[in-house]
Order: sequence, then structure tokens, then C-alpha cells
Amino acid sequence: MDETVAEFVKRTILKIPVAEMMTILQAWGFYLKINCRRTSTSGERKESLVHDLVLLCEEKRARVSDAALLDIIYTQFHRHQKVWDVFQMTKEPGGDIDLFDMKQFKSSFKKILQRALKMAQLYPAKEAPQSDSASSHMGNSARLWVILSRGPFACNMSRVINFLVSVTFRDAEENAVWIRIAWGTQYRKPNQYKPTYVVYYPQTPYAFISSSQLRSSIPLLGQALTIASKHHRIVKMDFRSRYLDSLKAIVFEQYNQTFETHNATTPLQERSLGLDINMDSRIIHENRIEKDRVQKITEEVFGDYPQPRLEFAQYKLETKFKSDLNRGILAERNEPLRCLVKFSSPNLLEALKSLAPAGIADAPLSPLLTCIPKKRMNYFKIKDK
Amino acid sequence: MAVLRPQDQLPGLNTATILLVGTEDALLQQLADSMLKEDCASDLKVHLAQSLPLPSNVTRPRIDLIVFVVNLHSKYSLQNVEESLRHVDAAFFLGKVGFLATGAGRDSHCSVHRNTVLRLAQAYRSPLLFCDLEVDSFRVSMAQRLVRMLQVCAGHVPGVSALNLLSLMGSSENPSAEGL
Repeated sequence: MDETVAEFVKRTILKIPVAEMMTILQAWGFYLKINCRRTSTSGERKESLVHDLVLLCEEKRARVSDAALLDIIYTQFHRHQKVWDVFQMTKEPGGDIDLFDMKQFKSSFKKILQRALKMAQLYPAKEAPQSDSASSHMGNSARLWVILSRGPFACNMSRVINFLVSVTFRDAEENAVWIRIAWGTQYRKPNQYKPTYVVYYPQTPYAFISSSQLRSSIPLLGQALTIASKHHRIVKMDFRSRYLDSLKAIVFEQYNQTFETHNATTPLQERSLGLDINMDSRIIHENRIEKDRVQKITEEVFGDYPQPRLEFAQYKLETKFKSDLNRGILAERNEPLRCLVKFSSPNLLEALKSLAPAGIADAPLSPLLTCIPKKRMNYFKIKDK
Repeated sequence: MAVLRPQDQLPGLNTATILLVGTEDALLQQLADSMLKEDCASDLKVHLAQSLPLPSNVTRPRIDLIVFVVNLHSKYSLQNVEESLRHVDAAFFLGKVGFLATGAGRDSHCSVHRNTVLRLAQAYRSPLLFCDLEVDSFRVSMAQRLVRMLQVCAGHVPGVSALNLLSLMGSSENPSAEGL
């Protein structure tokens, strides 16, 4: 086994908390037999366990793809450690209905991504081949020369491709496919420690991509995803969260499915009173009617099901100062006022929902705050009309 | 009954009624619970209101003490109190009104300066108490204190009147020294 693979396996296993070790390793399946033996000595220290596992991986000649699979499983368990972006794909009207074939999707995704990446590295967007700047021209020809000097062109291409990127797939719950992409260049092996994850639900126009610093690779990824899933365009939505499942629920409108079953029979009056059921009769609420109104409005806007989890919403404002009273320095400004408002909370929608009932804000709340699940966005730009 | 007057009604037998006004219902509720747990010879009644004026279509006992709760973390809560104060008869300010500022413990969260509430209390010649209602032990001792004030204001403590109490509490120049 390659030394780098051993290191990769070791680091991945070390990331896993001891409590989840068995579940994750069993899901991995690569060393099921060893696991059974291990469970008896679970009190053992993690380091020695990792050491033994790495040795066994070496014995069994684990490959990068095996280790990558383990990394996917780990990420599936710890999906909230990443920030996920939502991408929406569209088809051109009149396109014929295709049957989705997972096998075909996987192979074409991989192929297209490799080809796109190869082209992008041969002809970087910044220094396109027709550019007449001398230095960039030099750069390109030098790179081409490296490739050509290695022998027959075709042979080199395949070598380059192997170097460029490593793609691993894993089928997950609800038909979803998890794709892990480790990026490399034509000179360097793919960096296994900064991968990008894509979660795609077949036959839907949505994909979830983990944010990474490699901004330049996202368009290529989008391209591969669009073509492989037989769509025509891909757009990044202004919608981002750590909670993949919540994003999914909002995008697929699954979050209000509990609506019918949850408390549907008890009338509103009873439920709002039920909150104070253990209340002392000596405490008298003067604004009972107002409280009920607030409760009702909140329920109309948010529903009475648990809200999906988002942790921030951001509003970029670009507006003119408007006031009839003080025509001061602000009113005479020609430039718009720019400011950024960010709301953050461990559970933003639930927090917004409880603002009015807690008496912190007036009901109803501004539609800008309540439209997040409906509009499927939490990054807004507000401009003057 | 748009304006709340202290002498509109006759007092109930051995009853002392306090009105807590503040936007944050949960805090008021907790404070009310703590007050009712206090050992007290009078029958306590706690009315909770988000704002004044109170709805006029119900009968309620005579109110002996009004406490306006300002959460220093929320400007909205201060505005609400300022608005509500306009619906209180001047006679109430002869010792039957108190201000309670909560949330001063977490300075970084404050959006209302302490001096603002200080000035407000001074303008209305009423005592200002500081207490972090979110801390259980603080809330309990504040409840204890309010119950004593309420008993005085309801006239259940022989020899001390509300006005008397006001002059006692206002004796220190700086009301913030009154805090816990």
C-alpha cells in the first residue's frame, strides 16, 4: 500500500469519534471481520486501534478509493460540519423525458469532469489560447511541451487524467448519491484532504455542494453535473446552510408534511391556552386576546410544525435615505447607503417564529424574514425600486 | 378606562394586586411565579400586561403597584414602556410605580444604555431596580422585594405608606445603588 494512502486512512480514522467508530467502520464494510473481533476490546485506546486498522489496511492493500469511501461515510455522519450550497438545474423546454440510469450518470459525470478539468488546466480561462500576451503564451506552450514530451499524446492524456481528479461515489438514503471529488493538477496528485462533496438526488433539479476554497472548480463541477444529469443550465441559489437535511426539506417542500397529523384536531384556542396549563389562578393575563392574535398570526405564517434548521440569513441593503423631516447630510447623498444585516442563530427559523410570541417583535413579522423557506433563499440583496 | 387611576375602586379584603408591564411575557411569568411562592399574609394577585392601556371590558381589582419591566437588550421594550406610561394617572407616581431593568449583567447584549432608564425613572420620580431576571436566585430575591413593596403600597403594613416608602427609597441620589 502506498504511503500516502496509509496516511490518508490513518487521518480519516483518527477523525472519527470513538463512540461512532464501530458504526462508521461497519458502514464502510471493508473490514467487517476485524470489527467483530474489535468490539470485545472497545475499552482499548483509540491510537492503538487506529494503528491496528492501518496495518490491516496495508495487509489488504487498500486503495485511495477505499479510503475515500470511508471519508464519504464519515462526512455523511458529520454533514453539519460543512456548509452546503444549493444549485438548481433547469431543462430547456421540449426536451424529451429521459430515464435516469445511475450507472450511466456516474460514469459520464466522471468522464465529463475529467475532460473539463483537463481543458481548464490546458487553457485556463484567464489566459485563453488566443490571448496575445507574451508571458501567458509562454506559459501555455510550456505546459503543452511538458505533456508532449512524455511520449505519445493519447497516452499522456490518460496519465494526465488520472492525476487530475479522483471521484468517489456512494449511494445513500432516498436514492441520493454522494460524490466526493479530490482535486489535483496535472503536476500533482489529487489533494485528498480538501475534497468537495456533492449530494445529488436523481431525477430532481437540485444538487447540494459543500463550499470549498477552490472557487474555480465549482463551474466545472456544475458543468459535469448538468450534462451527466441531462439538464441544460445550472444556477447557484442564494441558499446556504450547515444543515443539509433542512436545505433538502425546504427545497423539496417536505418540511410541512407533519402539518396534517400534528395537533390538527385541537382548535387554536385550546392549544394556546394549553401553554399556561399549570398557571396559578392568581396570575391574570391582561392581553389575552392580543396574545391569541399574535399566536394565530405566527401559526399562519410559520405553521405549527417544527421549522427546518438554518443558521443564518443575510441581507445586503443598497438604499437611499428617505426622510421628510431631516433633510440633512444623508438625504443629499447621491450614493446609495450600503449595509449588511446578518441574522444568526442555532435555529434561525425557530427563533424568528418565537420572536412575536415572546414579545420581542411585533406580529406579523416583515415578509423579508418570513419568506425564507418559501423563496428558498437566505442571502438577499435589497435595492431601491 | 383609558387612564389607570389608583383610587378608582375600593380595595378588596386583604388583597394586594400588582401589575407587571413588559413586552417579554416569559420573564414576567417567571417573576410572577416567584412572587406567588413568597410567604405573604396578604392575598396576592399578579396581573401581567404587554402594554397599557389595559382592555376596558373586564373588571379587575384595584391595582396597588405597577412595575414596568425594561429589558436592556431590547429598544422595543423601552419604547413600549414609554408609550404605556402615558396611560397612567399622575396619582400613581406617588409611590405606586416602580421600574425594573433586567439584562444589565450581559453588557455586550445591551442596546439600551443604563443611563436612559435611570433618566426615565428620575423623570417619573419613581424607584428603579436592577435585576437579571434570567438568573433564578436574583429573580427570587427581587420577587421577595416586590412583595414587600406591594404590601406597603396596598396599605397592609401598619405605619408605612406608599409615599413614605418612595421617600425612603429615593433617599439615595443614585438609584442604581438600589440594585441587587
